[in-house]
Amino acid sequence: MNERPTPSAHKGAVHRPVIHDSAERHVTGSALYVDDMPELPGTLHIHVGMSERAHARLRAIDLQSVRTAPGVVAVLTAGDIPGVNDVSPVHAGDDPIFAEDIVEYAGQPIFAVAAETLQAARNAARLARIDYEELPAIITLDEALAAATDLAPAPELRLGDPDAAISASPHRLSGTLHVGGQDHFYLEGQVAYAIPGEGADMLVHASTQHPSEVQHLVGCMLGVPDHAVTVEVRRMGGGFGGKESQPALIAAIAALAARRTGRPAKLRLDRDDDMVMTGKRHDFRLDYELGYDADGRIQGARFEFAARCGRSLDLSNAIADRAMFHADNAYALPNAYVHARRMKTHTVSNTAFRGFGGPQGMMAIERAIDEIAFALGRDPLEVRRANVYPADGSALTPYHMAVTDSVLDELTEELAASSDYRTRRAAIRASNAESTAIKRGIALTPVKFGISFTTTHLNQAGALVHVYKDGSVHLNHGGTEMGQGLFVKVGQVVAEAFGIELDQVKITATTTAKVPNTSATAASAGSDLNGMAAAAAAQTIKARLAAFAAKKHNIAEEHVVFEAGRVRIGNQEMSFAELAHQAWMGRVSLSSTGFYATPDIHYDRATGRGRPFYYFAYGAAVSEVAIDTLTGETRLLRVDILHDAGRSLNPAIDMGQIEGGFIQGLGWLTSEELWWNDEGRLRTHAPSTYKIPTANDRPDDMRIAIWAKGENREPTIHRSKAVGEPPLMLAISAFSAITDAACAATGYRAFPRLDAPATPERILMAIREATGRAGKK
Amino acid sequence: MGDAIRFLLGEDEHEISGVSPTMTVLEWLRGHARRRGTKEGCAEGDCGACTVVLAEPGGAGGLRTWPVNSCIHFIPALHCRQLLTVEDVAAPDGALHPVQQALVDLHGSQCGFCTPGFVMQHYAGWLAGSLTDRAAVKDWLAGNLCRCTGYGPIIEAGLAAGRADGPDTARRAATARRLDTLDDGRMLDLRHEDQRWLTPRTSDELARVYADNPDAILVSGATDVGLWVTKQHRRLTTLIDVTRVSDLAEIRDEEEALVIGGAAKLAAAHGPLARLSPDLGELMRRFASIQIRSAGTVGGNIANGSPIGDLAPALIALGAQLSLRHGDRERTIALEDFFIDYGRQDRAPGEFVAAISIPRPGATSRFACYKLSKRFDQDISAVMGAFRIDMTEGRVTAARIAFGGMAATPKRACNAEAALIGTAFQADAVERACAELAADFAPITDMRASATYRLESAANLLRRFHLEVSGAPTSATRVWELA
Repeated sequence: MNERPTPSAHKGAVHRPVIHDSAERHVTGSALYVDDMPELPGTLHIHVGMSERAHARLRAIDLQSVRTAPGVVAVLTAGDIPGVNDVSPVHAGDDPIFAEDIVEYAGQPIFAVAAETLQAARNAARLARIDYEELPAIITLDEALAAATDLAPAPELRLGDPDAAISASPHRLSGTLHVGGQDHFYLEGQVAYAIPGEGADMLVHASTQHPSEVQHLVGCMLGVPDHAVTVEVRRMGGGFGGKESQPALIAAIAALAARRTGRPAKLRLDRDDDMVMTGKRHDFRLDYELGYDADGRIQGARFEFAARCGRSLDLSNAIADRAMFHADNAYALPNAYVHARRMKTHTVSNTAFRGFGGPQGMMAIERAIDEIAFALGRDPLEVRRANVYPADGSALTPYHMAVTDSVLDELTEELAASSDYRTRRAAIRASNAESTAIKRGIALTPVKFGISFTTTHLNQAGALVHVYKDGSVHLNHGGTEMGQGLFVKVGQVVAEAFGIELDQVKITATTTAKVPNTSATAASAGSDLNGMAAAAAAQTIKARLAAFAAKKHNIAEEHVVFEAGRVRIGNQEMSFAELAHQAWMGRVSLSSTGFYATPDIHYDRATGRGRPFYYFAYGAAVSEVAIDTLTGETRLLRVDILHDAGRSLNPAIDMGQIEGGFIQGLGWLTSEELWWNDEGRLRTHAPSTYKIPTANDRPDDMRIAIWAKGENREPTIHRSKAVGEPPLMLAISAFSAITDAACAATGYRAFPRLDAPATPERILMAIREATGRAGKK
Repeated sequence: MGDAIRFLLGEDEHEISGVSPTMTVLEWLRGHARRRGTKEGCAEGDCGACTVVLAEPGGAGGLRTWPVNSCIHFIPALHCRQLLTVEDVAAPDGALHPVQQALVDLHGSQCGFCTPGFVMQHYAGWLAGSLTDRAAVKDWLAGNLCRCTGYGPIIEAGLAAGRADGPDTARRAATARRLDTLDDGRMLDLRHEDQRWLTPRTSDELARVYADNPDAILVSGATDVGLWVTKQHRRLTTLIDVTRVSDLAEIRDEEEALVIGGAAKLAAAHGPLARLSPDLGELMRRFASIQIRSAGTVGGNIANGSPIGDLAPALIALGAQLSLRHGDRERTIALEDFFIDYGRQDRAPGEFVAAISIPRPGATSRFACYKLSKRFDQDISAVMGAFRIDMTEGRVTAARIAFGGMAATPKRACNAEAALIGTAFQADAVERACAELAADFAPITDMRASATYRLESAANLLRRFHLEVSGAPTSATRVWELA
């Protein structure tokens, strides 16, 4: 089980820092996104008419002047839908494409206009007369909790007897933390281009992480079987979870327009419409209560979470579940209770976002540990290290899964040493005593992130590989490329299998017509699942080639070896292309599907027990910040990261995921603030008001390393580990460091109750509140 | 008068007529020229995905080049210029430009959607010779958002490109000559349906056409007017473009004052303002992005009348005077008197900002200005505070304190100023002045900040100014200066 794969010499093999397969097309502007494809003659452009109210009854929808406006070809409402007016990813029936009687968020689609030009569609849409009867709207999470608007029952996780353990502990604390949501801000907005075919056929080019779901929901909307709908996606301009469930709405409207007019139809949301209409990361309220001993070891913990789901269920159940699964983050809790309510509000339905509830779930315990350390006068790192999951597999998670692959003790100590954490922490505390306006802070936080879809049946993938008779290879699989480098990684896997150069492998657009019934490219599982499926397909063809060659040359199959673009058959050698040609002449099938289902995972949601994750990904980061105690402004000064990517399939791609994930997490916890007004209208719906990090927010001193000892204990694809989501949570170190600096502003006399995102305003107010408490002591 | 927009797209001459003059360059590129490498990310000049480069004859190398956001630039901006897009950067044989090669080699693209914008921004920096060090590269990138990479590889690629050989001077000179032949020196008068676009060439011509068309909208870089079209979807009828009024763009370093012409670009004013005060230099650095600063004007930032425009409070604190011209008449007012109320300025129809005169702070003056926003670069201020005091014999003889983001207009803090005059500018007086800010301002709560934060941080900015005047090094008061 512990043999390490030997990297081959040829380029394109696994474990090598190969460039992204589209890099040259990216920099020359020749990479095609959906909106870049040449439009067919007659293509219509769609604009969506949205609700102006957060919660209202639609008394009348007068679209007469919209219909007669110049350039308008069709105006579509719920009544035009031949099939089902729902795009709920969980078939909850609560995600209407167009509102019928009630609108439940400002921005909800009511109708769509398809016109000869986008401007004509937009101008026409403004002529609509909608008569609203306003209804009481619940906007904030606290309002939702007060009104008990639970969308679904919340399951519980329970390990041991947490209440007894907390009561019996020598020290106790409790607190509340509000963590804000986050817009995906993929640079390419939501877009779909639907092309009607003959009969009921519909081809949809969509920017989606989940082509199979778009296919199915478009089919349901049109009232046709899945086979009539083909969904294709070559690449997305970013996804981050925002193109998991949300693209179905966009594709459904485009397909409906195409069906009703018989003409190709495109819907591309501009930035404001995208941000107003589509879902975001859930904001959470996190209540926690812990008991701990004099060394800071946690004896028992209770976590009561609440997620703002918005107006519908969408993926909120799985997201809130994952928040619960990560309430422990990296820490073994001998007794624990976890609960997460799923609250309805009259705001856009929140959805998947990198980490999928995990980041929010981890925030409570990281806050609590900082607070324990403050109460005990200890270095938070000591408290963290006293609680991390041991390597011996003896500890259970709150969902009763034994953590058998923990590297946390070793990883955190290695990072503490390489980052010089302890010396720097002492120096910072000394310098803070000398500085009045500016205070510094530092923190090391670990991440343990569970890998697998917690909905077990989603852990499957398919691939399709053709070897052509010239030896070139066509690769297709169910995963989608959103920039994360999945295509190049799977290409490397196939090139490795055949022993050929990567450029002999053509990586092709994901399409439901080639690989069916796929899962979303999500949960960091893209290369784990599709890499294995593609390897299986390649293995099948390779076995046929080996059998053919062995028979032809009358030697044993094991003496047919594929490497460096050549095939050795006993004493002979030929190019891969020659063998492919001979096999074709010999009437051997050179095409195969491949399939993979993650083994050994199971979970019983009713009892809250099981092994929902195949393995865990680990990492840790140290952040050092400075804050201005007069204004709350923050600078991140230095970041050190040590991340376990297993035996990385492509270290260059993985480094990109680590750095990009960290900075995205930094934005979530610092500058990115979603702000709704009292009427429930999102006022931060464009980059002028919604501030994701810029180049200048990245510290110059950023030291990132992939852990050299990393290796997946499970037989994943070449022993690699998933890397898409886990690094985002490394940014919690920056939030903890800001908290540390804010604590310094009180002279380390009160622990600041900082909420996220830590904007200058929240930091200043937290300092003021904590200083007030310190003054009373 | 000219009735067609003539320009070079890469090396090819193009002429556009018979289309709306408020069509954006991006719309023309993607829809008409079918060049789809340039992307729309936000349609408001805030993400940089649509960045392209413009060139015109002039400047040190014979050809002046600058990056702009094509999403909010109207097509008349192309007239007599060269437009370069991501499709123009690689060599004709397909060999990648050093900027592109570095982005490829250093893994600077992931999803790739923002990449053409970064290529063009780096390319513009390379053309301008500005990719000199890490800080310069990061400033150069302030207007380009990437959601995937975390920027590290993109910054490294900029540094690598900055080390490569510079542009081919002979080719640049040839381009300048071709562009010269496109310009017949006449005013462009474009008409389309109900729309008209005029490009006067001199201040006198501008004064005349504006007096004749007092309802016209003056437009320069369209960094705000562009959004009226792309965001508010307004139909603008008559527009007068001041970007070709060369004598209105002059900047004069006079002994007593810096005089900035109404149509001078923010980018052109950056250096002179930085020499007047390093704080103004830092303000300009954080003043939107290079693309916006290359397009927007000082006069536009003032005339627009925004309560959160950053220059007004700083220039009010410095005692700037505004010259306004209507026809042949010119008048001069104190800058703070220009702002009457939200959306209302002391500007008659047909009257335009001719110049802003900024007195140089004397030896007895101390000046500082601070911008507060959620993000350091390219963000609209929650609060913008500017402070100037003059001290003689240990006493404050004059105080000018102005804030943006605190009222419906940029506004002086008269009560706070009064609390300081005659004092020795010590902590107790400063505290009294801080308390007076609540009498000066009743700010609002919005998505940028709450009223509470605005009032409290405004007072704290005054306290910071006091710390600095009292001798605290800026490394102890300015967190953004920490590495």
